[in-house]
Amino acid sequence: MPSLKDLKNRIESVKSTRKITKAMQMVAAAKLRRAQESAEAARPYAERMTGVLSNIAVSAKHNDDAPTLLKGTGSEERHLLVVCTSERGLCGGFNSSIVKLAKEHIANLKSDGKKPTLLCVGKKGREQLKRDYEDLFIDPIIFEGVKRITYGEAEQVADVVLKSFDAEEYDVVTLFYAEFKSVISQVPTALQLVPASIPEVEGDAAAATQYEYEPDENALLADLLPKNVTTQIFRALLENAASEQGARMSAMDNATRNAGEMVDKLSIQYNRSRQAAITSELIEIISGAEAL
Amino acid sequence: MAMQVELVSPEKKLASMEAEVVGLPGSDGDFAAMPGHVPTATSLRPGVVTIKSGSETTEYLVAGGFAEITAESVSILAEYAAIRSEATRDMFDSVRAAAQAKVDSTEGMRKAEAERDLGEIDGLMKDLSA
Repeated sequence: MPSLKDLKNRIESVKSTRKITKAMQMVAAAKLRRAQESAEAARPYAERMTGVLSNIAVSAKHNDDAPTLLKGTGSEERHLLVVCTSERGLCGGFNSSIVKLAKEHIANLKSDGKKPTLLCVGKKGREQLKRDYEDLFIDPIIFEGVKRITYGEAEQVADVVLKSFDAEEYDVVTLFYAEFKSVISQVPTALQLVPASIPEVEGDAAAATQYEYEPDENALLADLLPKNVTTQIFRALLENAASEQGARMSAMDNATRNAGEMVDKLSIQYNRSRQAAITSELIEIISGAEAL
Repeated sequence: MAMQVELVSPEKKLASMEAEVVGLPGSDGDFAAMPGHVPTATSLRPGVVTIKSGSETTEYLVAGGFAEITAESVSILAEYAAIRSEATRDMFDSVRAAAQAKVDSTEGMRKAEAERDLGEIDGLMKDLSA
């Protein structure tokens, strides 16, 4: 049976924890709104990019000298997995769910005899993957202290990816991130970056607009495909930022509620033992008086 | 007759409006797109995009990118973009950096073109400091 003083201390400490989680929840809510806004602002560019690219790609796909970023290197042996996670913890299962998806992927690739390599973006994913797969790591990219994700950050990641692809180190590049659905739901997603997965244009290829290309088709594609990689990474980073805040918000909401319940339970226990102490003291006094 | 013009950068949408003429710094030379233009896809040099709508003309500074033109619309996907009169030193610096990168990465005739672009941008920068 804990003493009254122990209980009192315990209640105080749970109360201050509750204050912290409450504050974190509110901060996350404010940050979430901003993150959502920037994710939405980035959407038109990404959409137009995909639209234009799918138009051109339809005709170029069957072209033998199409860039390798589009049609692949012809082999599927060496995989680069880009795992995007957050820089900070205390966001529920956000990082774990992305890492879990990546781990499944690695296991599949390994059992198929393929050669996976890991590029971690964000500190938390690296920490979680380190124990099992440190031998597969290449230099991670950490955005510690970066307040807002800009296109510059995406370029930094894309640079590493494109350079290593140009150096013919990998055949397939896959991006892992959590897609933001709502505050309570973030879906871990694997997106194939290279060879580019481009949605087919609706209707048959002949119905698509015939464009004049300036300079020529292949030069344009060579220009556009790296930009597409950067744009996709940028979108993934923004989705991730929104998802992280959403996950943190709901995790902190839960924590605040649990702390409240705990305070209630402990207060009842405290009051009961206080009453028990008073009662036993009274009995002692009365029986003492009777004995005289 | 007018066409729908959209100017977007990765971070946000800068302009979405009706316009009669759009001047573009295409990679094979400057050109203007008007309603009824042949569907064209072109990459852009770093430079100035001019959107003329009615009596109003707005100039945007872009650091390269890409444009899709159809008979009734123009979509400009610029890597960095800002309204020219509101452009800051930083903005110019990033446009210049893009042009410089192009000079460094190309050779031959393309390099000469890239160098000329860089010169043009330096000219624009002087405007700003004046």
